[in-house]
Amino acid sequence: MELVKIEKLIEKYVEAETTLEEEKILKNYFLNEDVPAHLESYKSMFTYFKNSSLEHSNKSITFPKKKNRDYLRWLSIAAMFIFFVGIFSVYQNNLREKEQARLAYAETQKALNMISQTLNKGNNAIAQLQVFENTQNRIFKTNK
Amino acid sequence: MPFKDKVYRLAKRLLVSRDEADDATQELYFKLWKNREKIETYDNVEAYAMRMTKNYCLDQLKSKRAGNLKLVHSNYKDENISLQKEIEVHDEVNIVKEMMKDLSEKQRMIVQLRDIENYEFEEIGKILNMEPTAIRVALSRARKALREKLIKKQQYGIG
Repeated sequence: MELVKIEKLIEKYVEAETTLEEEKILKNYFLNEDVPAHLESYKSMFTYFKNSSLEHSNKSITFPKKKNRDYLRWLSIAAMFIFFVGIFSVYQNNLREKEQARLAYAETQKALNMISQTLNKGNNAIAQLQVFENTQNRIFKTNK
Repeated sequence: MPFKDKVYRLAKRLLVSRDEADDATQELYFKLWKNREKIETYDNVEAYAMRMTKNYCLDQLKSKRAGNLKLVHSNYKDENISLQKEIEVHDEVNIVKEMMKDLSEKQRMIVQLRDIENYEFEEIGKILNMEPTAIRVALSRARKALREKLIKKQQYGIG
């Protein structure tokens, strides 16, 4: 690339009238070739631009993880499920105990009824004994 | 990740520090991710992303300036590392870096997008919401400013 051409391009460049293509030519020139002293300052400029364009972040971007969220959602659903199963089973347990208690109560009642019926039979017998005693009193006329 | 480095470099150009540029990049991709359904309908996602980066960084700078304490603090810090900085500045290429900091934010962004990322003026216009002619004018001023400074440095040495 002839120096005259480069100088012309430089003038255009400073006026911001160069196209990207022309700027590429300038970059290549200043980065790769021996630059005469009076253009030396442009060299550091273009070198700086080149270096800057190679800069990059070392940190990788962390996205708000979709996976993680899904995982959390499922976890909470599972937790709810377990919670309700727990409540339900406690409730069931309670019911069963009540049922058993009612059964036991009924059984006891039945047994007590039987006892009382039997006792009533005995009472009848004792009532007849009373007649016996009345007669005895009449005969022996005991004074009390 | 497409155009991640471009986003990072633009953020770094404006915010200067690496960490802040990293944060800005992260933030931007988070925003893009949140709007991912809307974005699919855009024809130029990259320009959109770059514009969001620009807006975010300018907001950051604004809120930083609002907090005076921070500025005072960084001034104080500057003196401590001035020696190290001076050594850095001796490096020809780093001189340009320092000079870039003296440009206005708009100029810095334009130089970044044109000379470093090689965008067409049309695209820069979309990103910065500017007319291409206005971009040319600003870019020309920025390039001239850099040239003047570099020539001065060359003539008088490091000063």
